[in-house]
Amino acid sequence: MAEFSLPKNSRIGKGKTVKAEGASNTRDFHVYRWNPDDGENPRMDTFEVDMDNCGPMVLDALIKIKNEMDSTVTFRRSCREGVCGSCAMNINGKNGLACTTAIEDAKGAVSITPLPHQEVVKDLVPDLSNFYAQYASIKPWMQTQSTTPEKERLQSREDREKLDGLYECILCACCSTSCPSYWWNGDKYLGPAVLLQAYRWLIDSRDEATGDRLDDLEDPFRLYRCHTIMNCANACPKGLNPAKAIAEIKKMMVERKG
Amino acid sequence: MTDMKTPLAKVHGFGSAKEGTHHWWLQRVTAIANIPLVIFMVISFVGNVGKSHAEWVAWLKQPMASVLVILFVANFVYHMRLGLQVLVEDYVHDHGTKVASMLVITFACVLIAALSIFSVLRIAFGG
Repeated sequence: MAEFSLPKNSRIGKGKTVKAEGASNTRDFHVYRWNPDDGENPRMDTFEVDMDNCGPMVLDALIKIKNEMDSTVTFRRSCREGVCGSCAMNINGKNGLACTTAIEDAKGAVSITPLPHQEVVKDLVPDLSNFYAQYASIKPWMQTQSTTPEKERLQSREDREKLDGLYECILCACCSTSCPSYWWNGDKYLGPAVLLQAYRWLIDSRDEATGDRLDDLEDPFRLYRCHTIMNCANACPKGLNPAKAIAEIKKMMVERKG
Repeated sequence: MTDMKTPLAKVHGFGSAKEGTHHWWLQRVTAIANIPLVIFMVISFVGNVGKSHAEWVAWLKQPMASVLVILFVANFVYHMRLGLQVLVEDYVHDHGTKVASMLVITFACVLIAALSIFSVLRIAFGG
């Protein structure tokens, strides 16, 4: 059955509190901590961050915490400008990128946990092996049978425009891990991010494997677990709409039946 | 880890089921058919409130009424069966339990439909 409560070893306890000595303008950050090596349950640590000496984004606070308060806090980050998707995490109950989420938009304390319903590697780092394997399974590259042209593969301006709203996806997994259907059936349901990527190749006028791609998606679980809950569109830090892409795939499925 | 399969092998599983669209489409078709049928049922039943048993029977004996009630039952129960399948697929993960649940649901739906339709026909054709 679907899991509606956390198993015993995943229940979150209260952790330590680290004060900001001598600071007047502070904000509390509650950070999910779990270490696979100590055998302890996860806990929420509280870090009092000196906001007069901290950048504006949640990622700035996390980096400050790691540099100045507790170097063992573990999280992924790279580009710090919403391009790489590494710092996807759950901030005050909503999935997003720590680097593009402003601290001032949160009222009071900021609570940070890993992306929901994924196994945790450590602290804020989720195990995305299944997510990446699902991405690989849709063959996210151009498939052609025609002889390779001598120059570039041509595409009309109108056909290129069909990729807008799709190519911007950075595969941060914010949408997929916000989807209840993906929580309950993430092993078989491909989830919004991967389906949006699948549609990106289905709608590409240069690709010659549209039928095979649709064949692979024609499945009660891979595609049809989407019940248009729309959490994906709400979560996407790039403002994309995976639910719409999934609806377009369903339309293609019906259309090819005649 | 209890198995040493690669994540990609797990994702591929037994491959695509090559179905799902038909189910999804029928759910939409029965939903659309339900709009006029449910409106008909609600209007008819509200209109007959307070009438005697004999008047109810006389109403149901009209060919249009019996046919529409039968269509409503068939469409509604089929739509229910399709929807409950989605529910089971969403939340029941053990394969044995899933098959058993679907059998119970299917048999129950057929029983509900058969009993209802038989009752309408008995009134329609009865003396």
